Amino acid sequence: MSGPDETVTVYVPRDSAARSVGADEVAEGVAATAAGRPIRVVRTGSRGMLWLEPLVEVATAAGRIAYGPVAPEDVEELVAAGMLDGAEHRLRLGPVEDIDWLRDQTRVTFARVGVVDPLSAEDYTAHGGMAGLRRALSLTPEEVVAEVTESGLRGRGGAGFPAGIKWKTVQQAESALKFVCCNADEGDSGTFADRMLMEGDPFTLIEGMTIAAWAAGAQEGYIYIRSEYPDAVATLRTAIEIAYTRGWLGRNILGSELSFDLFVRVGGGAYICGEETSMLESLEGKRGMVRAKPPIPALEGLFGKPTVVNNVLTLGSVPMILADGAEAFARHGVGRSRGTQVFQLGGNVARGGIVETAFGITLGELVEGYGGGTRSGRPVRTVQVGGPLGAYLPTSRFDLPMDYEAFAAANAMVGHGGVVVFDDTVDMAGQARFAMEFCAAESCGKCTPCRIGAVRGVEVIDRIVAGEDRPANLKLLNDLCDLMTEGSLCAMGGLTPMPVKSALAHFPGDFGTTTEEQR
Amino acid sequence: MTSLPTRSLEDQVRSIVAEHRDKRGALLPILHAVMEDLGYVDPAVIPILADELNLSRADVHGVVTFYHDFRQTLPGRRTVRICRAEACQAVGAAKLADQAQARLGVTFGETTEDGAVTLEQVFCLGNCAIGPSVQVDDRLYGRVSPQQLDRLLDVNA
Repeated sequence: MSGPDETVTVYVPRDSAARSVGADEVAEGVAATAAGRPIRVVRTGSRGMLWLEPLVEVATAAGRIAYGPVAPEDVEELVAAGMLDGAEHRLRLGPVEDIDWLRDQTRVTFARVGVVDPLSAEDYTAHGGMAGLRRALSLTPEEVVAEVTESGLRGRGGAGFPAGIKWKTVQQAESALKFVCCNADEGDSGTFADRMLMEGDPFTLIEGMTIAAWAAGAQEGYIYIRSEYPDAVATLRTAIEIAYTRGWLGRNILGSELSFDLFVRVGGGAYICGEETSMLESLEGKRGMVRAKPPIPALEGLFGKPTVVNNVLTLGSVPMILADGAEAFARHGVGRSRGTQVFQLGGNVARGGIVETAFGITLGELVEGYGGGTRSGRPVRTVQVGGPLGAYLPTSRFDLPMDYEAFAAANAMVGHGGVVVFDDTVDMAGQARFAMEFCAAESCGKCTPCRIGAVRGVEVIDRIVAGEDRPANLKLLNDLCDLMTEGSLCAMGGLTPMPVKSALAHFPGDFGTTTEEQR
Repeated sequence: MTSLPTRSLEDQVRSIVAEHRDKRGALLPILHAVMEDLGYVDPAVIPILADELNLSRADVHGVVTFYHDFRQTLPGRRTVRICRAEACQAVGAAKLADQAQARLGVTFGETTEDGAVTLEQVFCLGNCAIGPSVQVDDRLYGRVSPQQLDRLLDVNA
């Protein structure tokens, strides 16, 4: 037990989601209210229980005791009630690790997020940081690639491509200059795990990219972060400076022969730059126009050089794989979906946030179990999985396991694991129209099916809803969707039909049509 | 029309370029720095950048106009961005969008006549579990109620 003279440590998140609901004011309030008693306020990442933010934790002999959600005006009362000693209060949630929502997860990539001070190198190493890089540097690049391949790690950005195969391609490419690029242009609605990892544990991304550099033979790395994430940009820039002073970046990293320089670049508010070739164009200082593939970026990527392009969570999972071995990672998951996935519950959900768990959990377990249904208290009508280009699924599909192949078989996609919940007030024709409207607004314009198809898609949906010659227009919409799927250069135009067709298939009544007319 | 302000704009831009010139693909970092220092990318900046970076004016213009961030007019004293993406739609973003436009008397992308507020739409601020979300300059707000939005739009508050 800490006596009145001992310093009390209080943890308040600095994550921008927590700050968006008053975490800064709460942290200031705690520091000010405790005047007279020695107190240390540590700003951590968020535990990911976002409906409980701002979540305050107090270090006690019985572990870290959580209180939440704490409004700035609650602080005085909480401190008076004995929060600094872990005392009872209506906002007391008990030891944070015992909260079942968190306890039942398998935190691998997010193991340190919410626990440590994100910019403390000491915290990082004390919680297992740099063990992966140290082990990687004791292996040959070929052995590192083999380890990543054996782990079964697949790209977490949505496409699910095996990371080890990509790395091997770059490694075997002949070039004096190679790059590692991290795609942190997390533009999909319903996703925020990349942001939370960058803000809550930036060193793990830096370590993962450095391991990738060693494996692929790269000298320079770029983290392309969207401009909508100013806190993540600031956190990573500071973390990179610290990493240089520690010898974790720069010349002869950790005394090895590896030299690697890392830079943060900020996007320009263009959704399409989350597509990897568009991102590369943007990094080169150009318009974010999608490139045709082949050539693949692994062979001709940034400035035409062999380039590893991976998502934040993919690279952030690498240190653990190297530290604990491929087997420890591959042990989780089902089928060809190995390891854990960081699912994100958003939209109209009662308990939204980060659920990191093995692949194979059902959609229903996520939405009803973890999510607790809607925030509005009304029935769930649909969920959109995998971002704006993912399918809308009805509650009758809640039995689907979260697994790349099972979702593909159901004409849907896991994508990056974002799940957006809607209640029964949603108008699915409106959502389908929005998908086309969004594509029209954000298309890079290079290929016709996407640039023109999306505009025509909005018009056709408007005609269907208005009741104009429905059978013909429904057929036209289906043809248009097929054309966009087959003929678009990248996933933007290629997948926009997925939300449209799924809305039409599962909720035809919203389009003012009968199932009969659709046939 | 005096030549002085133009001269100083040119100096400013050339010194920004000098700072970032050695970066690979320097144009985006330079445009962000221009935004930071000047608040917008004045069309007069484009030929200066083209000259400095040995690009055509069309190339620079193409980049400036491709990205939503690089506005070409001076923004208001406060920029308010309302998230209109799916997760925020599910918790009432459309109502907030209507409210903001009605209250300010502008549509998205416009600035109020007194120069106080620029209203913009944004597609996802990464705050999807506790929306609807609004960004005021670089500060993010979650679970925004209609009352709170009114306060955020009141530039004198």
